[in-house]
Order: sequence, then C-alpha cells, then structure tokens
Amino acid sequence: MSFLELTGITKRFGATLALDNVNLAVNSGEVHALVGENGSGKSTLMRILAGALRPDEGQLVLNGESYSPTSPLDARKKGVAMIHQELSICGDLSVTENVLLGMEEHKLGVLSRRKAESIARDALAQLGHADLDLDQPAKYYSLATRQLIEIARAIAVGCRVVILDEPTSSLTRADVENLFRVVEKLKASGHAIVYITHFLDEIHRIADRMTVLRDGKFIGERSMDGVTDQVIVSMMVGRDIEEVYVRSKRQTSDVILSCEEVIGNPKPAKVSFDLKKGQVLGIAGLNGSGRTELLRVIFGLDAVKSGKIRVGLFEGYDSPKNRWRQGVGLLSENRKEEGLAINLSIAENIVLSSLRPGLVLPKDATVSAKKWIERLAIKCQGPDQSVRALSGGNQQKVALARMLHHGVDVLLMDEPTRGIDVGSKEQIYRLIDELAIEGKAVLVVSSYLPELLGICDQICVMNRGELSVPLDARTSTQESIMQVAVG
Amino acid sequence: MVDQSLAKKPIIPKGAANLIGLVIALLVIFGFFCWKLPNSFPTARNIETLARQTCIVSLVALGMTYVIISGAIDLSVGSILAFVTMVIAALLIKGYNPWIAALGGLLAGALCGFINGALVTSLKVGPFIVTLGSLLIVRGVAKWVGNEQSLYPPKTWLNSLLATLDDSEKWKLLPVGVYITILCAIAMGLMLKYTRFGRHVVAIGSNEQAARLCGVPINWTYIKIFTLTGLFAGLGGIMLFSRLTVGDPTVAVGFELDAIAAVVIGGASLAGGEGNIAGSILGAMIMTTIRAGGSQMGLHQYVQEILTGTIIVVAVALDRVRVRLQQRS
Repeated sequence: MSFLELTGITKRFGATLALDNVNLAVNSGEVHALVGENGSGKSTLMRILAGALRPDEGQLVLNGESYSPTSPLDARKKGVAMIHQELSICGDLSVTENVLLGMEEHKLGVLSRRKAESIARDALAQLGHADLDLDQPAKYYSLATRQLIEIARAIAVGCRVVILDEPTSSLTRADVENLFRVVEKLKASGHAIVYITHFLDEIHRIADRMTVLRDGKFIGERSMDGVTDQVIVSMMVGRDIEEVYVRSKRQTSDVILSCEEVIGNPKPAKVSFDLKKGQVLGIAGLNGSGRTELLRVIFGLDAVKSGKIRVGLFEGYDSPKNRWRQGVGLLSENRKEEGLAINLSIAENIVLSSLRPGLVLPKDATVSAKKWIERLAIKCQGPDQSVRALSGGNQQKVALARMLHHGVDVLLMDEPTRGIDVGSKEQIYRLIDELAIEGKAVLVVSSYLPELLGICDQICVMNRGELSVPLDARTSTQESIMQVAVG
Repeated sequence: MVDQSLAKKPIIPKGAANLIGLVIALLVIFGFFCWKLPNSFPTARNIETLARQTCIVSLVALGMTYVIISGAIDLSVGSILAFVTMVIAALLIKGYNPWIAALGGLLAGALCGFINGALVTSLKVGPFIVTLGSLLIVRGVAKWVGNEQSLYPPKTWLNSLLATLDDSEKWKLLPVGVYITILCAIAMGLMLKYTRFGRHVVAIGSNEQAARLCGVPINWTYIKIFTLTGLFAGLGGIMLFSRLTVGDPTVAVGFELDAIAAVVIGGASLAGGEGNIAGSILGAMIMTTIRAGGSQMGLHQYVQEILTGTIIVVAVALDRVRVRLQQRS
C-alpha cells in the first residue's frame, strides 16, 4: 500500500470526461512525475488531490485512511500542499510571516516573534536554506527563493505530500539545480512529491517513477530506470515521434534585422548581430541575462542608450507601432498578460494589430480568423470563442496567428513553447520552419537548449547582457553552449 | 544560497525612506508658511490649532489605512461622521449623559462599519460599490434623524474635547482630543505590525488567494476592518461634534476623499499590501498645514484646492520614482 493512493478517479465537466478511471500511487520518500500533454487531465487530477475539485467517482487514500479534502485549505490541513506555478506568496509580508501565514504563533492575538522565527528557520533548514534573512519582505526575493518559502510553508504545517506544478518553468538553470537539491531533501525526509513538468530531462534527473496520462486516461506507471525519451513521448502522445524538432534545408538571403553595439538601460549591455531572411537565430542564456530586454529594445518597448538598430531600410530606434508597420512582430513570453487580450475572442485577438482606422466589421475578422484556425490547427469552438478558454498551446497559436495575419517579415519570439504541450510544441517548430523557408526571419529566445539546437540555424548566447558571436546550431552541443553562457 | 535579488538590499528600508521624505515635505511646507507668516504661523497657539484640525482627519485615516492596506476602500466615512454628530446631538437633547451620548456615537459608527463589512463579504459586489451605496444611505439616515435640520443640543463637556484650551487649562498643552488621537495612532500602528489581525490585513491586501489558501479568515477579517473603520469614523464624529457643538447632517461631505488622500500621501498603495499608520498621520498633517497656511495667508479656497490636489499626485509620483531608482541601483 502506497502512502498516497488514488484509484478509479473519474471527473466529468458537463459532457466532457476530463478524467476516466485514473490511478495514481505515490510512496513516501519518492519523487513521482506526473506526465501528459496539456489537456491530458494532469491538472484536473492534481486539483482533486489538492482539494480544489471533488471527483465524481473513485477513492483517495492517504496514509491508510480515506481522504476527501473539501478545499485547498482542508487538503493542507490533512497534509497535502500544492505549489502552483503562480506562487501564493504575500510579497509585503516577511519570510517568517509568509511561512507561518494562517498558523501564526500568538498570545491573545499578539504575535510571538521568537517562536515564529524558530519555526520558519527549522522549515527552511530542512530544505537546506537556514541562511535566509527572515525579516525581509518576500517581494525583495527572487522567484526561486519565493518558491522555496512556499515549500517551507507547506512543510511547516506538516504536509507530507507536496505537489510541484511546473516548478522550473521560470527558473534559471542555477536555480533549477538548487530546487532539485531541495526536492532531494524533501525526499530524504520521507515526503511524497508529485512532480509535474514538460521537461523530459527533468523527469529523468529527479523522478523515481512516473505516471502518464493521455486524454484523461491512465496510460501507465513506470519506474524511471531505463526509460528513454522516446518511450515517454510515445506514451504521452500515443504515437512514436522520431524527431520532434524540425529543421529543413533553408536558403538565407539579405540581412533584414541588424543590431550594432546596442546598449539598453541597463540591459542589454552590448549586442551586435545580423539576422537574414530565411534564417532562424536562437538566443540562449540564463534567465535575467537580458534576452527578453533585447527583444523589447528592438521592438521599441524599452529605451535604448546607444547603438544602431536596422530593420530592412529603416534605421534607428522606433516605437512598437512603427515596428509593426515595418513588418516586425513580437511574441511575448508573458502570454496571458502581455501577449493576448485574454477576454477577447480568437478573431479579435488575431486582427488586433492590423485594425485599419474607421469601421471594424466583425465578419472580416471572423473570416480571417477561420483561415488561421485552420492553418495553425487551433483547437477551439470557433473564431468567436474567448481566448481565456483555450489551452496554453492553442493560446500561443493565436498569438502567432496575429503576427502572421499582420504579415510580418521578422518574428521576435520570446519563449515560444513555454508551458505548452508536446503536440503544440511540435506544431510550432514546424511552423517556424515553414516560415523560414518562406523567407521570413525568426529570432527565438529560449531557456530550453535542446529546442534551440534542434530548430535554429545559428545560436548566440547572452551572458550578463552581452551577446556572443553566433555558433552553428548543427554542430554545437548543450555543453558547448552552456560553457559560453556561464563563462 | 546567496539570493542575487537581495544583494541590492537597500540601506534604508523602504518604509523608513518614505517616512523621512514625508517629514521633509512637512517641514518644507511648514517652513514656507513660517517664512510668509512670520508673526502668526510659528506660534504655540497656531501649532495647537493645527494639531486640533489634524485630529479628525487623522482618526478617520487610521481606519482608512487598514482598509486600503487590505486592498479595499471605504467611501462612507464622511457620511458616518455626519450621522454620528446627529446621533450624539439627539441623545443629548433627550437628556442622556454626555458619556452615553459619546458611546452612542461610537456604536453608531461601528455599526455602520459592521454593516459595510457584512455587505462587502456577503454580497460580493466589491467595497467600492457597497460603500458608495452606504455613503448615500447613511447621509440620508442622518438627515432623517433631524428631519433635514441641524440639532442644537445643550452644552456639555463633550464640546471641550477639541476646543482651544482656557487659560486655566494651559498645563494640558493640547486639548484632550489630540492626546486621544495620538494614543489611537500608536495603538493602531502597533496592532498592524505585531498582532495576528494586523498581519492578516497586510496578507489579504498583498495576495488574497494566498491568504485564503493558508487559512486566513478573509471574510471575518474584512468585517473587523470595516467595523474598525466605522469605529474610528465614530470617534472622528465625536471630535467633529466637539468642534461644531451641533449635530449637522450636511457636514463632512467629501471627507472620505481627505482621509483617502492622507493615506495615499502616506505611502499606501490602492492596490493593497502597502501603507503605514505613521505615513497616514504625516499625510493628514501635510494636508492640514497647507489648508491652514493657505487660509491664513488669505489665499482663495480654489488655490488651496489646486495645491492639495497637486500635492497628492506629486507625492505618489515621487514615491514611484524613488522605488524605481531603488530598484535600478
């Protein structure tokens, strides 16, 4: 009998069967990866486990006892905590206060500071981070540290099951290593960890076993020993994918975007590169190295201190509005807040940047949207559906469709495949390849090196705001690029 | 692990830097009027007047600080103030002891606040709408109490709470109401920082979802916050009655904006999470000084209004610039 056992879990939303007789068993002292594409039912299953949803059928057993949480708070009290991608931290409270939030040590309402500090210190020490300054407001800390604080909070309430939902999606490589050490400590102290991720290398690295879901169904449970990427991917998508990355032979021609010693405020520190028509140029580097800032500077969202930016025949710094006119499009890394108008429909989002002055006829938008929905295989009910209801992968396709509908020649893409499922990723790689063959120029920023190595022609590495000379993506390896990134 | 984001930890904590800025601003404004009005402004008598005038807005701002830190807003406090003066006057006319009348005023204020809180948490229509409604309702009830007329009660010791001291009472230095305000401010400041309730207020304003997940009683905390705000509006109402000596249902129209302005000048963010009592009191003092100085210089009221409005926008803009500079360095 495992520490945590979910058997025969079924959940319906109206007519759709989100989970169909799914099982999950996690032992204490084990890291159990939960794998599946977006829409496979992972998050529904985890929301049931964490108390946000109730299953229609099936049993949950925790530590030999029946477990049926009525709310996330109730789940926490019963020993199950979920650490979401969007962290639950109160930035204005100190580290200690965040760890003890909701279970404050007090006498008649007056806080006992010393006791609180020792509890927070103990929890952080268990994670190997006893050296944190406990009095600072949490907002002064990096994302990685805030995540740590949230894990400490779960331990402090005595949670034995910790669910980590895509914990590394916005961490730097160094922080990821740090998180893995924390997970190892949790494991060593007998916690059961459910680990959700899109990164296959992380699963190999950290998980002991995995459970794969597809279309709401339980596909299988495996020990991680000797499981290859191919096996995982084929379990996830139900077919064998030989080569996920797509890179045809491409013809490059004239330079269409070039930067000469561009310096931003404060990043990028110094950047020069040329991007040719028909070329896919990757920008690798750590988070915070200035990659996003470079794209923003080129697109006119951030100020530039000095240097030359040339787009086709246009020279100099320009506003986003003019960049669109010059045929440059930016795909933001922040899809929900910056990339899309989340409450508008698919059609409205697609035509947003290309609206002409004067009357806007909804029919025209619908007609154009239908074309892009078909071309990019966007899964939706129709062009009038709100973007909010789409999965991450399909939202990303809508954002891409806007640039394509606008007819841009230069595509600046910031983390185009962040947080989206394998199937959508592959479609986006294929699309990038097609665009390059058509003669468009693509600049891709990504934290995921295998992706850059797989789809780009050349890769530059950003390090503390400075961009390296381009390396040939076909002959480079992850190691050779990381060398440049951390050097 | 050395967290890089902390390497640039500010030498002066953000809160303290903000307070220092406010004190400097207050001194500059005070100094300006001292320079313009050398004979009347820097006198003990004038400072006493300033202190008295700051009291009411400060008391209301105390509650408002909690409301704004929690990410909510209370537009009804001006109306509550008027209602409370009517309740006190009515009770005095009926022959009740001044203590009972004052207690009645406090309870009336707290009750209004409690109802605000209960409606905000049960109806889920948001504090702006609920208190916009109660702004009108409470004002209406205040007029109803006196049949649209002011009430003229007999004179009692309540009237001396915030009155200029007689010569025989000079040893007190300041009227009792000023001391009450100071004590309340200290109590509210300590409560915000050192009690579970105070930390829950900050937690809710900072990230309500997180607070709920961790078991912070959101609704109960909001009810407490609004009741507290009503209670302090009640106390402000007592002070206002002391100055007016009558119950006036049309007084303090737009007063909620003064209180909000004081809190915002004091460094609070309307988005919640940020704000502190000392800042709000300084904000109230800055506004009173401008008003008093302006009217003593014989400036038209429109000049004072334009000045106060400018100060609000400039104060918040400067704070944003300071935060941005701190983040950059």
